[in-house]
Amino acid sequence: MAKPLTHLQRLEAESIHIMREVAAEADNPVMLYSVGKDSAVMLHLAKKAFYPSPPPFPLMHVDTTWKFQAMYELRNRAAEDAGMDLIVHQNPEAKAQGINPFDHGPLHTDMWKTQGLKQALDKHGFDAAFGGARRDEEKSRAKERIFSFRTATHGWDPKDQRPELWNLYNTRKAKGESIRVFPISNWTELDIWQYIQLEGIEMVPLYFAEKRPVVERDGLLIMVDDDRFPLREGETPEMRSVRFRTLGCYPLTGAVESEASDLSGVIQEMLLTTTSERQGRAIDRDAGDASMEKKKQEGYF
Amino acid sequence: MADAHDTTDAPVYETDALIAKDIDAYLETHQHKTMLRFITCGSVDDGKSTLIGRLLYDSKMIFEDHLEALESDSRRVGTQGQEIDFALLVDGLAAEREQGITIDVAYRFFTTQKRKFIVADTPGHEQYTRNMVTGASTADLAVILVDARKGVLVQTRRHSYLAHLVGIRNVVLAVNKMDLVDYDQATFDAIVADYREFAKTIGIEDLTAIPISGFKGDNVTEPSGNTPWYAGPSLMEHLETVKLSSDSDLVKPFRMPVQWVNRPNLDFRGFSGLISAGTVRPGDPVRIVPSGKTTNIARIVTLDGNLDEAQVGQSVTLTLADEVDCSRGSVIAAAEAPPETADQFEATIVWMADDAMLPGRSYWMKIGTQQVSASVQEPKYTVDVNSMDHMAAKTLNLNEIGVAELATERPIAFVPYRDEQDRVSPALGGFVLIDKMTNRTVAAGMLHFALRRSQNVHWQALDITREARADLKNQAPKVLWFTGLSGSGKSTIANLVEKRLHRMNRHSFLLDGDNVRHGLNRDLGFTDADRIENVRRVGEVARLMTDAGLIVITAFISPFRAERDMVRAMMEEGEFMEVFIDTPLSVAEKRDVKGLYAKARAGTLKNFTGIDSPYEAPENPEIRIDTTALSPEEAADLIVERLLGW
Repeated sequence: MAKPLTHLQRLEAESIHIMREVAAEADNPVMLYSVGKDSAVMLHLAKKAFYPSPPPFPLMHVDTTWKFQAMYELRNRAAEDAGMDLIVHQNPEAKAQGINPFDHGPLHTDMWKTQGLKQALDKHGFDAAFGGARRDEEKSRAKERIFSFRTATHGWDPKDQRPELWNLYNTRKAKGESIRVFPISNWTELDIWQYIQLEGIEMVPLYFAEKRPVVERDGLLIMVDDDRFPLREGETPEMRSVRFRTLGCYPLTGAVESEASDLSGVIQEMLLTTTSERQGRAIDRDAGDASMEKKKQEGYF
Repeated sequence: MADAHDTTDAPVYETDALIAKDIDAYLETHQHKTMLRFITCGSVDDGKSTLIGRLLYDSKMIFEDHLEALESDSRRVGTQGQEIDFALLVDGLAAEREQGITIDVAYRFFTTQKRKFIVADTPGHEQYTRNMVTGASTADLAVILVDARKGVLVQTRRHSYLAHLVGIRNVVLAVNKMDLVDYDQATFDAIVADYREFAKTIGIEDLTAIPISGFKGDNVTEPSGNTPWYAGPSLMEHLETVKLSSDSDLVKPFRMPVQWVNRPNLDFRGFSGLISAGTVRPGDPVRIVPSGKTTNIARIVTLDGNLDEAQVGQSVTLTLADEVDCSRGSVIAAAEAPPETADQFEATIVWMADDAMLPGRSYWMKIGTQQVSASVQEPKYTVDVNSMDHMAAKTLNLNEIGVAELATERPIAFVPYRDEQDRVSPALGGFVLIDKMTNRTVAAGMLHFALRRSQNVHWQALDITREARADLKNQAPKVLWFTGLSGSGKSTIANLVEKRLHRMNRHSFLLDGDNVRHGLNRDLGFTDADRIENVRRVGEVARLMTDAGLIVITAFISPFRAERDMVRAMMEEGEFMEVFIDTPLSVAEKRDVKGLYAKARAGTLKNFTGIDSPYEAPENPEIRIDTTALSPEEAADLIVERLLGW
């Protein structure tokens, strides 16, 4: 007699089921790819879901031009390995206006990411977009459906979500509307790390501790990843053994001091740690408590 | 709180030592964890959010920054004075934090050494039955919370009924706030006895009752010293050890609804899906439903190599030994025990939309990976979820639960949601209904059984085919479906079209709205439900006439898109032509040939299309006639030209 499935086997099967439903029912799906660990797991699951076919949709990176160099390197290789087309979108307006995280604060995220994503989805006419968000990340995510509807202007109404029963997903929508689909909704941070370890999924090296040039600014340890970083008076980058718990735009992503240079070490630190994952991101701090919910209503992923 | 069981500062699951000492050993244990999904339900103020917050806190799933925020929030907006308000951890959306209530289903996660848990936190107040059913649909277990000071309430019964309805096997009665009744055993016993008596009447046989305090932590993760009279497990211990209901799915016959046909090249044709029951091995004989073809499993294909066996809950790709007809919506099933097929059913339906159900209206039904048009009859009865009484009803409103007959446009594969052995099969027994216009999920349902008549009424094969009848008349059968406001000119133009066809020796028949209502449909009025039935009958008659080889012209307001689409779906591909007689309301009202608009405006004629009943204009009609630009004769010429393909 077969043994009961483990929690990771059940999560994997659920995510694969979700992806196949989208492939079967959406007209023009796309997988959003941020190069982070959640994206890496999502991409790996997509390979499993459709094997021996390649995933029947492209990968899309909504780029801000301010990601870590190491992320760009992995991105191109990962798409090729999966046999998928890679679409990179950079908001031309943000580019023209030279929007950057140093001078423009919250506008940086809004222009490059929120507006950039909307532009990219509209430009290619994607009607379903996979995202790697998890419900354990943040309170408003805990209430979001796996199939989350967006109006033609990409708005999200938390009060008007479709009930999701059993594993039946209603993918029907009017012209112009789209769906954000979160196949790893039910995974936790620990699940993600364990799965990466079990499956041997390649990660951006930034997740592992190494001596890197950092400065301390506004309570965050920021890595000086390229020469666009304007050093303030009295700031000198120093080499410290650090790693990153989440990856985003390098000037907005806080590092943690760490000696964990392999997966076991990272998981160990993660389990013993006392600050939650999004804490390293400046983005949630913008508007206090309801920050993410507000961003999502505006169309942020 | 003076004893050692105040767990506020001492999380029970202290695995830090092992994590620090031997992370690989820790991970090894955690790889073999199972998963339990449960829901918590209770009335407003029964302490659900507090309990969940406590479980998260005690299993150390709360990080320091969350905790800091929690402490400051507790002082600012908390309801527990200076103490930590665990509910604030759980209530997510800004809107509801202000109102102090949980408004939607939220999912929470925590892990112990034995299991990973997913908790669906569902709201307690009346108007959100649908959220509770949603949360329960994926749960293995339900924790029903009762306030020890209040005992079993109407809402307790409702939640228990709903949990049982969706087939949750494991029920925990958590008598909460025991600290507020001085941990009194007699109070606990009385509540449990009261609940057991009620539970039996709705079919809940097994239940575990635990005295707890979510606020103080008693019996939540550890046995409490405050309840020495209670010898059972703590809530957490019970959750960690309770038998998983998915175990029983292993012994059922193999079934896998096909999600996606995997065809990377001409040499490979696989069928991808999530196994919904049983186990499968290469060589197993299988039957494809509904086609009925049998073959054998060739391989179980995954990225990690071919498998020797796969089981319920796994997502796999199967290849078959023979080329058989199989696609999305098909079910690959153990050959000796395939699911039945039928097109008429009795079902329990939970209505989840603000707009009431329209008996007879065509909705999309999604069941497994099948999607079909389906319509629901007037309910046989609705269930009062507070008293469990059956009540007569004409429709189903938001949050109402009823039993009704349901018909699908073609036979579907199904398994009764609950079988004779009381086993539950959500995969091919649970369904949702989707409104064809708004695309909203309007209902969830559970199939009871197929109606006998659908199995006993067979199609009689006729020797003279519809093609033969049409050939004799030397024409292609068609339906010209005129739709438009009252007074738009439908009947006038339809009449001219038929005269032209007659002159051209075409065999036609004009079904006129007013005329049909004098005979075939004289029992129908003008409510939405009657309008739908009116159109359905005319559609069926038109279909019979096309079988006879006729060109059918119909002139009905037919105000709803859903019904026009339903009729379109009844006809052979290409035989249905929607003719939109497009006359602005102001123009039709000015003509008012029958004086009806005047009556409607005066309020003496109710449900009049365009006035107090909606008209949904066609989006892509085959022919659109703008009566402000064309005369009736010009319109008739145009329609005949299009019909005959000139």
